[in-house]
Amino acid sequence: MKARVTVTLKNGVLDPQGKAIEGALKSLAIEGVGSVRQGKVFDLDLTAGDAAQAETILKEACEKLLANTVIENYQIEVG
Amino acid sequence: MRSAVLLFPGLNREGDVARALTQASGQRPTIVWHAEHELPAGTDVVVVPGGFSYGDYLRCGAIAARANIMNAVRAHAARGGIVLGICNGFQILCESGLLPGVLMRNRDLKFICKMQHLRVERADTVFTHHYEQGQNIKVCIAHGEGNYVADAATIAQLESDGRVAFRYADENGSIDGSANPNGSINGIAGIYSPNRRVLGMMPHPEDLIDSLVGGTDGCGLFESLAQFQKLAA
Repeated sequence: MKARVTVTLKNGVLDPQGKAIEGALKSLAIEGVGSVRQGKVFDLDLTAGDAAQAETILKEACEKLLANTVIENYQIEVG
Repeated sequence: MRSAVLLFPGLNREGDVARALTQASGQRPTIVWHAEHELPAGTDVVVVPGGFSYGDYLRCGAIAARANIMNAVRAHAARGGIVLGICNGFQILCESGLLPGVLMRNRDLKFICKMQHLRVERADTVFTHHYEQGQNIKVCIAHGEGNYVADAATIAQLESDGRVAFRYADENGSIDGSANPNGSINGIAGIYSPNRRVLGMMPHPEDLIDSLVGGTDGCGLFESLAQFQKLAA
């Protein structure tokens, strides 16, 4: 079973990397980009048999390691 | 004072920390590998040195914070034991939940390596009693992710509880915004746990313990720790 975890910065947390990318897009004359926030994507192969079990495992993985919940949110997609 | 210096793959400041501890206390620290489950018996002080544990993968300090030995460090801290985290060590302590907040990428995205003045916020802790309150000390910084961030409630709590250990200052001791190298909230360079037995700081006091390399203002911290043995005895 395949899964994808997306970790993003919470609203209000300053993202200097996103800001730098935003500036770089402007310098490339790519118009119409209001703002950029950078995050992380994890693609995982799971041995779990069903989606509910996979969700449980991934939630634990996010809480314990993949995200720092002080500053980050995470989103789990299974299948 | 019996000290233990933790070692994770990618740390590189353990030798300097060991030298500073030895110079101040006359006793060499034990170097403890991350896979160990226990600290050496009788350990008073645990130091988590700087460097780039696990190549700063995922987030700075995130993987090291989940190592076996950190459970022993948490237990040591819960018993009132002394823990000092410097630079990557500070990041590891935040990731491990021993200290609140997080160290984000520097405001200007640059890795900053330079001499840096700090104001000693209080001189009544096991780490700082060889300094004077408000003293302006010259140490150095070397980090890319030293921008201390926490939510407003946590910052208010740290400030009202007197848990800010050091703030970035200029050479005259002023802590206005221009002295802040990395964008840390309130110019915070180091913080204490509620019992002030756990200290995390981004600057490197262990680099300034010999006039040969630019100053000795870092000695006070290690001499304060060395004294702990006599206070406890």
